[in-house]
Amino acid sequence: MIVADRKSLSEIQDMVRDCRKILLVGCKGCVTVCNVGGLKEVQVLAATLRIAAKIEGRPLIVEETVLERQCDPEYVEMLKPVVDNFDAVVSMACGVGPQFLSEAYPQQRFFPAVNTTFFGGAVAHGIWEERCAGCGTCIIHYFDGMCPVARCSKSLMNGPCGGSDHGKCEISRNINCIWDMIVRKKTEQGRLNDLLDIVPAKNWQTARDGGPRQSRREELIQNG
Amino acid sequence: MDDLKSGSNLEKVLKAGHFALTGECGPPKGANIAHLKEKFAHLKGVVDAVNLTDNQTAVVRLSSWAASAIMVQDGLEPNFQMVCRDRNRLAMQSDILGAYALGVRNMLCLSGDHQKFGNHPAAKNVYDIDSMQLISLVKKMRDEGRFMNDDVIDTPPRLFIGAAANPFAEPFDFRIYRMTKKIAAGADFIQTQCIYNMDRFRVFMKQAVDMGLTEKCFILAGVTPMKTVGMASYMAKSVPGMEVPESLIKRLKGAEKGKVAEEGIRFCLEQIEEFKTMKGVAGVHLMAIEWEHRVPEIAERAGLLPRPVAP
Repeated sequence: MIVADRKSLSEIQDMVRDCRKILLVGCKGCVTVCNVGGLKEVQVLAATLRIAAKIEGRPLIVEETVLERQCDPEYVEMLKPVVDNFDAVVSMACGVGPQFLSEAYPQQRFFPAVNTTFFGGAVAHGIWEERCAGCGTCIIHYFDGMCPVARCSKSLMNGPCGGSDHGKCEISRNINCIWDMIVRKKTEQGRLNDLLDIVPAKNWQTARDGGPRQSRREELIQNG
Repeated sequence: MDDLKSGSNLEKVLKAGHFALTGECGPPKGANIAHLKEKFAHLKGVVDAVNLTDNQTAVVRLSSWAASAIMVQDGLEPNFQMVCRDRNRLAMQSDILGAYALGVRNMLCLSGDHQKFGNHPAAKNVYDIDSMQLISLVKKMRDEGRFMNDDVIDTPPRLFIGAAANPFAEPFDFRIYRMTKKIAAGADFIQTQCIYNMDRFRVFMKQAVDMGLTEKCFILAGVTPMKTVGMASYMAKSVPGMEVPESLIKRLKGAEKGKVAEEGIRFCLEQIEEFKTMKGVAGVHLMAIEWEHRVPEIAERAGLLPRPVAP
């Protein structure tokens, strides 16, 4: 899923400082699963903004709603009857959400309440980790299901750098050295030889480096 | 070993069978060429080539190719370092050609320290290709006369290709294979990480010899004399991939007041003495960090002077 972190209250307050009436829009997709932008988080942020405004002696009306998904025009459309009733709309979805909302309602202002961080999953309660960099050409099968593009700090393709330390990456004790894990697994499985071939330079054209991407499914386009 | 690939002094010294000595020099944090030239002066005639570091520890410094070119003007031989952190394949190939055109004949291919450690931690890193792929790229440019995309190069760069190896980083058992890959990719010489744990290095070199690697590539053992107990403790605790045995720290602590640096140099000299006869070791890479002025003395006491004059 797409993982995100909530922006600080002060940053969100600054965005909507000139507003008297705002709409907070959550999303039932990824941000609900990673506990950052679902119904519960919308309620908490709304209440917090109301209290903060009250303390500052500012009038602020905060209304709440949650869409099935903000990355889908079908659900984005549901805001149509209410979207113009507010000075601004704050989206608690990933970075896709406020952009789809902006495109659908160009007359309204949309603000992001979260920082979208990565594609990953929960490794423990309350801890999410990156797994995929969305490079557009998956190669994890060469590395026993582990991705050095996303998970090595230097995206090294040919083995661990000199900074691998007790299974951790040199940049943080909280980050596993993915190459240590790859080497360990290959060794345990008696397939270390797999790692002796030189992996050639990657073609980054399918990654963001090739420009903003579009995925086209002709069969769906024709039937649509 | 085959005919000369680059014609560099380092290549000639190694191929003639001499025990090589390379030095290292960090370009200034500014355009203070006078100071850089002072450092060069200490090394002239004392080492066979000098590594010019490329924004080492991810701290911005005068570019390694420019420092290399200045070194060529001063009559020393640079070993131009390039890291994968700051350049994509276009900039790399362009800088390789530029450095070669300015007289550079040795090049060391490195991944580079992560920018998190440096003075611009907010920088975007590149890592378009890794150090292994960079070695392959330089070899292709030199031997096939082609760019990475197969376009023909008008006058290819003839470079003696170097790579780094760290026998002490984890996972230990893979380190010899990583060096094997670098040699297969095209490394002509290897400069190792600073060695302090001699036991582990002996094991590493035995592996290299047994695997026939020393027949294909020159391995230079890396040394850095310890100046203070603090430096040793810092390296032991805070530098990833560096292994400093407790016995060495103890030895430095036991030195008389004011004699710690001398004890550090003595340990370094003992290491060099052992490397001279250690099977497969083709020379020493002396990384005297901001201690260039002590290099002549160390080289002299190690019995490595005068340096051979390459034909």
